[in-house]
Amino acid sequence: MVRIRRFEERSLRAYQAKKIGGFLHLYIGQEAVAVGCCSLMGKDDHIITAYRDHGHAIAVGMEMNPLMAELYGKATGCSKGKGGSMHYFAPERNYWGGHGIVGGQIPLGTGLAYAIKYKGLHGAAMAFMGDGAVNQGAVHEAYNLAALWQLPILFVIENNGYSMGTSQERSSAGQLAKRAEGYDMAWDACDGHDLYAVRATMDKYLRRARETSAPAIIEIHTYRYRGHSVADPDNTYRTKEEIEAYRQTKDPIQNFQNRLLAEGVLEDALIKEINDAARAEAEASVAFSEASPWPTVEDIQRDVYWEADNPSQRTSTGQLFFD
Amino acid sequence: MPTITYREAVRHALAEEIERDEAVVLLGEEVAQFNGSYKVSEGLLERFGPKRIVDTPISEAGFIGMGVGASMLGLRPVMELMFWSFYSVAFDQILNNAANVRYMSGGQINCPIVIRGPANGGTNVGATHSHTPENVLANHPGVKVVVPATPYDAKGLLKSAIRDNDPVMFLENTLLYGEKGEVPEDEYLIPLGQADIKREGTDLTIVTYGRCVLHSLAAAETLAAEHGLSVEIVDLRSIRPLDIDTVLHSVAKTHRVLIVEEQKPFCSVATQLAYMIQRDAFDELDAPIKRLSTIDAPAIYSPPVEIEQLPNPKRIIAAALDAME
Repeated sequence: MVRIRRFEERSLRAYQAKKIGGFLHLYIGQEAVAVGCCSLMGKDDHIITAYRDHGHAIAVGMEMNPLMAELYGKATGCSKGKGGSMHYFAPERNYWGGHGIVGGQIPLGTGLAYAIKYKGLHGAAMAFMGDGAVNQGAVHEAYNLAALWQLPILFVIENNGYSMGTSQERSSAGQLAKRAEGYDMAWDACDGHDLYAVRATMDKYLRRARETSAPAIIEIHTYRYRGHSVADPDNTYRTKEEIEAYRQTKDPIQNFQNRLLAEGVLEDALIKEINDAARAEAEASVAFSEASPWPTVEDIQRDVYWEADNPSQRTSTGQLFFD
Repeated sequence: MPTITYREAVRHALAEEIERDEAVVLLGEEVAQFNGSYKVSEGLLERFGPKRIVDTPISEAGFIGMGVGASMLGLRPVMELMFWSFYSVAFDQILNNAANVRYMSGGQINCPIVIRGPANGGTNVGATHSHTPENVLANHPGVKVVVPATPYDAKGLLKSAIRDNDPVMFLENTLLYGEKGEVPEDEYLIPLGQADIKREGTDLTIVTYGRCVLHSLAAAETLAAEHGLSVEIVDLRSIRPLDIDTVLHSVAKTHRVLIVEEQKPFCSVATQLAYMIQRDAFDELDAPIKRLSTIDAPAIYSPPVEIEQLPNPKRIIAAALDAME
C-alpha cells in the first residue's frame, strides 16, 4: 500500500511537470482494495481492471520502473509506451489490464473465468470496476453469463462514491452489489478502508469460486482523495471537508499502520524505513524513465498483429498494413 | 471430388478443427440445441457435446467479450453471430478489445478468436439485418477480415482462421449457404490474404469478393456471349490481409478495372482498392477505375427493389460496359 501511494505521488509530480501525457487516474485512498484482493491470488487466479489500474499493477508485483516508464511513454514501459496510464498489463502475473472503456473489461474478465473453468484449473477471476461501471449494459450481460454458467468470477465493485463527478446517488438506483439478486448470484459488501476486512470478505468468496465455481458480486466501499483524473478540478461535486474527513479518519494505510503499531508488529523506525524505501524506489523509477529511450516510429507498427511480429511463423500472405 | 454446400463446408471446417484442437470451442446464439439458425452447426452438439458447442443468450456484447477474454487465456473460441449486423452491439468488445489488446499490452497478449456469421443483404430483412461491415472491420489494425465466396474457399479459409493467432472476422452469406461446389475430402488449408482468379480474361478485370463473385461470373458469361468481352475475375477472398499483387497483375494484363462490392460506396473496400490501383498501376490503366457498389441508402425492404439496390448480374453488365467506354 505504501509503495502504491509513493509511486502515485511521484507520478503526480511528474504529471504536473508535464513529463506524462494524457490522463492520470490516481488510486490514492483506495490502496487497501487492490492489495487486499491481489494478496489472495494463487497461481491460477487472474485479474482484470479498468483505467484506475496502477494499484493493481503494484499489488500483483510489478516493478515501478516499467510502470513509471509507461507513464513517460518510453520504450521500457510495461506496454512499450503503447498503452499509457490506463493500459498496464502483466499477463505473466495473471494481470490482464488496464482497460479504458468503462465496464468494457467485465466481459473479458468473464472470459478469463470461462477459460479457467474450461481448462479445469483451480482458480478464479476477479474483475474490478468502479461504481460508475455498474450501469453499463456489458456489465449486466457479463453478470448473466457468469451466473448462468456458474463461472468462477468475483465482480469487484470499487465503490468510491463518484463516477467521475457524479455521485452514486445521482447515477445509480439501489445498492450496487444487490443487483446480484436479479441474477440469483451471491453478493456481499465490505469496508475498503480496512485491509483485513477486504481480505476476509474476498478470501471467503474466492475460496467458494475456486471450489464450487460460483460467481459473486462484492462491493467494496472506498474513497479516492484525488480527482477522477489529475485534470479533474475536483471542486464541483464534493467538498474539501469531505475529502479531509476521509483522510483523517479512514485512510487505509494510516489505519493499518495504527493497528500494527498497537499490536506491536510495527515500530516507528520500520515505518520510516518502509516509506523511505518506497520513496527511493519511486524516485529511481523517475530516473530510469528519464534515461529510457522513446519508442521509434518503426515501433508504431509493431505489436499490432501476432503474425507480423513473428514473421518466421506467418501463415497468411498479403498486405497487413496500409499507407 | 465431392460436391457439397457452402453450409456443409463451413460445418466440416468447424468439425475438423474442434476435433483437432481441444482449445477450439463454438459459441453463439442457437448453435447447439437448435442446430444453428442457418443450420451451419447442425449435428455438432450431438457429435462433440455441450462443452465444445455452446448456446449463448442473446447477449452479443457479453458473449463476444467473453470469447475475447477466453482467447487471451489460450482458448480458440469460434463465436457465431447470427447476423454480422449484430456486431454493432458488440463493437466495443470486437474493435476496442480484440483489436487493441495486443497493441496496448506491448505485444504481450494475443487474441486467437474467430468471429463468424453471415453478412449480406438480399434477404428482405431491412436495414438492421443487412449490414456488410468488412470495410468498418478492416479499418481497425489488429483484426483480419475474410469473405469467402465458394464452399472450397469457405472451408480452407475457416480452418486457417481458427489456427490463426490474431482475431479473424469471418464473413459468410446466407444466400451462399445453399450454393454447391467441389471440396476435396483430404484436409487442406487456404492461407489468409491470397486472392484467387475465378475466371481468366483479357479485356477487363473485375475485382470482387463474397457473393458478388457469383454475380460477376454470371455477368461475365453474358458479356462474353453478347458483347464479345473477355472478363477476368479476381476474388479477393481476404480483405485484410490484402493480396494487392494479384489485383495489380491482372490490371497489367487487361488495363481496365471494375470493382464490384456489396458495400455502401463511401469509404468502402473499393475506395481503398481504387487508391492502391491508381497509385501502383497508373500507367497500366487505359480508362478510369470504375466501381459498382450497393445503392447508397439503408437496405430497403421491398423485395424486388432490394435486388436492384445490390450489385446483380444486370447491374454488373452495365457497369462493365461503362468501364469499356
